[in-house]
Amino acid sequence: MSRVRPGSRIPAPLLVPAALGVAFLVLPLVGLVVRAPWSSVGEQLAGPGVVQALRLSLVSATLATLLSLVLGVPLAWVLARSRIRGRSVLRALVTVPLVLPPVVGGVALFLVLGRQGIIGSWLDDAFGITIPFTTTAVVIAETFVAMPFLVVSVEGALRAADARFEDVAATLGADRWTTFRRVTLPLVAPGVAAGAVLCWARALGEFGATITFAGNFPGTTQTMPIAVYLALQREPEAAIVLSLVLLAVSLATLLLLRDRWLGRVGS
Amino acid sequence: MRADRGIRARVTTMSAQRRAAILGTAALVLAGCSGAASSDAPGSSSGGELSGTLTVFAAASLTDVFTQLGDDLVADEPGLDIRFNFAGSTALAAQIEQGAPADVFASADEVQMARLTGAGLVEEPQVFAGNSLVLAVPTEDPGDVAVPPGERAPSSLAEIIDEGTTLAVCAPEVPCGRAAAEVLDAAGLSDAPDTYEDDVRAVLTKVQLGEVDAGLVYHSDLTAAGDGVDFYGFDEAVVTFNDYPVARLADAPNPDAARAFVDLVLSSEGQEALLRAGFVVR
Repeated sequence: MSRVRPGSRIPAPLLVPAALGVAFLVLPLVGLVVRAPWSSVGEQLAGPGVVQALRLSLVSATLATLLSLVLGVPLAWVLARSRIRGRSVLRALVTVPLVLPPVVGGVALFLVLGRQGIIGSWLDDAFGITIPFTTTAVVIAETFVAMPFLVVSVEGALRAADARFEDVAATLGADRWTTFRRVTLPLVAPGVAAGAVLCWARALGEFGATITFAGNFPGTTQTMPIAVYLALQREPEAAIVLSLVLLAVSLATLLLLRDRWLGRVGS
Repeated sequence: MRADRGIRARVTTMSAQRRAAILGTAALVLAGCSGAASSDAPGSSSGGELSGTLTVFAAASLTDVFTQLGDDLVADEPGLDIRFNFAGSTALAAQIEQGAPADVFASADEVQMARLTGAGLVEEPQVFAGNSLVLAVPTEDPGDVAVPPGERAPSSLAEIIDEGTTLAVCAPEVPCGRAAAEVLDAAGLSDAPDTYEDDVRAVLTKVQLGEVDAGLVYHSDLTAAGDGVDFYGFDEAVVTFNDYPVARLADAPNPDAARAFVDLVLSSEGQEALLRAGFVVR
């Protein structure tokens, strides 16, 4: 628990809007829990499509996170530490997917990786590989939308980290790769972990880019959010149950993240 | 031209479709559906007396023709502001059930309309058009779906589509998806689809992009597709002929405008526009 500091009492004019804000953000979630058909939750979850969609969602979000780590951590290092020109432009470019409507991201992916796309047509001609409407397309769409979260988190951690440790390591004869591996990475590990969790949660919730670029096929590209959207048209109760599952997963993710942050504050 | 042959194939099934349309409409009248209004009594030929906002929820396949009819109505009624919400009929019906403030609902099948009629949310639905499925294929034909010129055009879907064809259809939750499922069942191709899109326009878009080899779309999407897409009729389409009902909502915020729009759709002018847009009309 935090100590109560003088002046930490809430000023009266802030109290009402803050309470309204809490209600606005929390009530819909409460509604989801209250309106859930608890008696039939078991059988809804046992439906063949649910397990399939949940498994696909978890697997593809995890793969998207791994891919984001492999590409995103080095990218964050370049943005935070390197001296290359045009860094700010580069940063703006790689964070565009944060603000781009996901559906637009899906269309853009089509134009590059689709069968008629710039790279996709070459892949198709040379190797007979087509990406859209496959699980690969799901992972790519999720990575496109979620990786910027990781990049931004890790870059922030790198900027906050004390660069003098790296300088010391360099003067003791460590080359740049060793320094990165043995000094920099352990220093920013909490930031990388937090970024990875955020990235994973964002990938799990991805809808627009996925349904555009990967389509909707049960077992191959039908992720949980797409299943929720379609269930809402047929069986609202099933949609509520599916939403509950996603809500539980998201909450667990956030709790994990908070512990991370507390851990960092405590260290 | 391959496209020409596609059109010929369509024309041959057209008469069957027309028969089905007339039968469907007749059945509806026989079933005691009231409000078989004469189809050319536009409610507001005087013009200039409507105002406020008119909100029309309509099936995605009606996008172009309803937009045009809306412009026509606004030309007569400058005080009127029309807002359209085009999406899958099932999603629209769900939104109306959830209390979305709509004045008019036009569905791509009877099922969604019946759902709202049962809940007492709409008044006097009337069939205003009919439609059936065709196979849309990108002109460059990446999947070798089309027959080489000079060969007999196949008449069954099973002769056109095989294992290797990447096929887009609507999700079974929406009318065009149910129709597609019936067609594929009839052709013995239940496992053929590769993606279930959430409305018919999404299927057409994927065909236009050339990302799928073929897609099952409505006959009326012909006009919207423009160049770059060819259409093929097939025998199994007859099993899925569907009627489009339109209705005013029971608690429409703007009942006069709603009535005017429904009358316009049923008027000879509206029916002609629908015919031009590739729908089958009465």
